[in-house]
Amino acid sequence: MSEVRVDPNLARYASRASALRASEIRALFSVASRPEVVSLAGGMPDTAALDLDAVGSMLQTLMAEDGARALQYGGGQGDPELREQLCEVMAAEGIEARADDLVVTTGGQQALDLLAKMLCDPGDTVVAEGPSYVGALGAFQSYEAQVVHVPMDAEGMDPGQLEDVLAQLHREGRAPKMLYTVPSHQNPAGVSLSLERREQVIALAQRWDVLVVEDNPYGLLDFKGEHHPPLYTLDPTRVVYVGTLSKLFSPGIRVGWVMAPGALRDKLVQLKESADLCQSNLTQALAARWLRDQSWHDQIDRFRELYRNRCRALTDALAAEMPPGCDWSQPTGGLFVWARVPEGIDTGELLAKALTARVAYVPGRAFYADGSGARELRLNFSFCDEDRLREGVQRLAGVVTEELELRAAFGSQLGEDER
Amino acid sequence: MSKVAVLSGGLSLEREISLRSGQRVAGALEDSGYDVARLDLDEHLVRSLSERQFDSAFICLHGQAGEDGTIQGLLDLIALPYTGPSAATSALAWDKAVAKSLWASSNLATPPWVVLSASAVRDMGAADALDRVVERLGLPLMVKPSQGGAALGVKRVSEARALPGALMSAFSYHDVAIIERHIEGTEVAVTVLDDEVLPAVEISPHEGVYDYTARYTHGATAFHVPARLDTATTEAVDKAARHAVSTLGGTSLVRADLIVDAQGTPWVLELDTSPGMTETSLVPMAAEATGMSFAALCDRLVQRALR
Repeated sequence: MSEVRVDPNLARYASRASALRASEIRALFSVASRPEVVSLAGGMPDTAALDLDAVGSMLQTLMAEDGARALQYGGGQGDPELREQLCEVMAAEGIEARADDLVVTTGGQQALDLLAKMLCDPGDTVVAEGPSYVGALGAFQSYEAQVVHVPMDAEGMDPGQLEDVLAQLHREGRAPKMLYTVPSHQNPAGVSLSLERREQVIALAQRWDVLVVEDNPYGLLDFKGEHHPPLYTLDPTRVVYVGTLSKLFSPGIRVGWVMAPGALRDKLVQLKESADLCQSNLTQALAARWLRDQSWHDQIDRFRELYRNRCRALTDALAAEMPPGCDWSQPTGGLFVWARVPEGIDTGELLAKALTARVAYVPGRAFYADGSGARELRLNFSFCDEDRLREGVQRLAGVVTEELELRAAFGSQLGEDER
Repeated sequence: MSKVAVLSGGLSLEREISLRSGQRVAGALEDSGYDVARLDLDEHLVRSLSERQFDSAFICLHGQAGEDGTIQGLLDLIALPYTGPSAATSALAWDKAVAKSLWASSNLATPPWVVLSASAVRDMGAADALDRVVERLGLPLMVKPSQGGAALGVKRVSEARALPGALMSAFSYHDVAIIERHIEGTEVAVTVLDDEVLPAVEISPHEGVYDYTARYTHGATAFHVPARLDTATTEAVDKAARHAVSTLGGTSLVRADLIVDAQGTPWVLELDTSPGMTETSLVPMAAEATGMSFAALCDRLVQRALR
């Protein structure tokens, strides 16, 4: 036989792994990391705005005072002192938490992975906003769960639509394993669930007996320092809360957590231990000291102001530069603007042209499990400075304008085959 | 010890693949005892290449600057020997419309095609001529950017009404598109290494089209080396590949992509002057089939550049 076996392990893959494919868009992002490209694609906080000297001396003191422990294994649930500190972080949003209910995870992402692992068998259903956080979709899909989306508007997830989805799933005999939501400054949509809707969503979850997973990385990053009550506070027995220090301090330390009552927590600890034994003691100790010794509230205020100004620079530039027919969210916090281009433009296909013009964004389809989102795109404003943001928007607007002109030249011929 | 600069990365849309090729080539050359440095393309490139006293450059750049003759011209200028064909061959092969014209005028079979630029659509009403394209070439069609690789922006069109959308996709990658008659048949890639033609690699993607995903997902495509062709067809394929390369003046290492139709006629689609060197790439597969290891292939290319 002349067949070349490029991958001798092909027959060995589990179905969840054999479904993984090389992606053209993922490959294109390789260019986005080059300095010539204004990347509005990532979701990076501006860690340069941290007091790095202070972090440096904290590390030094940590080693001097507690080095042997910091470099040792830790417990599966996470460092008790850190868990106490994390309760303080949640208290800033009105949550009364007990350190014993928390499991520290490798970023919020691992919490999502463990929750999916704990709850989802292949074919199970997860309900999530449409659009939804791409990393959550990835975690759900890797356990072969089916994601059903609930549409959003400027006030977040639409409770009427949620009810329809839950009723439909009930008729189909598909009890969802969870409702996954980012209620505050949602990634990617850049909107927050209003107070009234929070109550409606919880009431629906109670009525249809659905477990809610509240992912809240951005709640404290409201531009005005305001916040709605987390869903957890509305029904602590029904809501599993996922938090992270990635946007408040550093994504590099990979410290997140999940707060779940009793039995769920015990299973999560076991799953965490079988995944990676324990969270890094070193970064847990660093995080605990940062929360204990630094004025982290002030740092969050600095991030808020920085991102508020950058968000305004981005949205002002969009208003000045983008051609008619485009619209975008008006974030009141978080890291992202969600934009929509005129009918017919496919932001996935446009990405190549944008990268050639040296600007990057994330095409909308990445945020849906059902293939929708072709007209949408996510823009990040937390990482680039205001001049870079304006430059990026100028380039993006040029690309969209050119695309529209070209589409216009095809006239009605293009409409015929549109999805 | 001979010093080799492995060039990979760059700003092209194929950066990711290029970095993978570069990493694999650099590793193989190190194993063979070369003193290897990996360089990305940036504003310091010429200075780095001149100051660091390299003996040769191994070009693992895919896409625009690496394959259109730009880097080759620059290396000629600073008198640094490099792997792969000359600047002139690279420039001719890079643009599919140019290469196809040259092949057609030297009576080499290449699928009939029409060139259409975004500016012709925008400024000259070329969209009104699309029905003639379908009349002339028939269906199905392949629509691709005239410049670019890795099947980026390539679409198969089976209905006339899908043609404008496919053109828009191609225009995302390059301002000029070629619309080609789709030839049904066996897809083969033929490596021409100096005067030698390596065994053809037959490509059968499990899901029909040899697109980006089929290229770079391990196991998404079945490869047969040598291709399952009879002797006469194999000879015809080799001859066509040689012809395609010599028409553009190519030497060193070039990969020719062809389709063999039901009658056994090989149709030349394109030449790749800086073919992929990743684990799923075709040229290393062909070399392996002749008993030449990947390290030996890389070594041979460097030695040739140094001659």
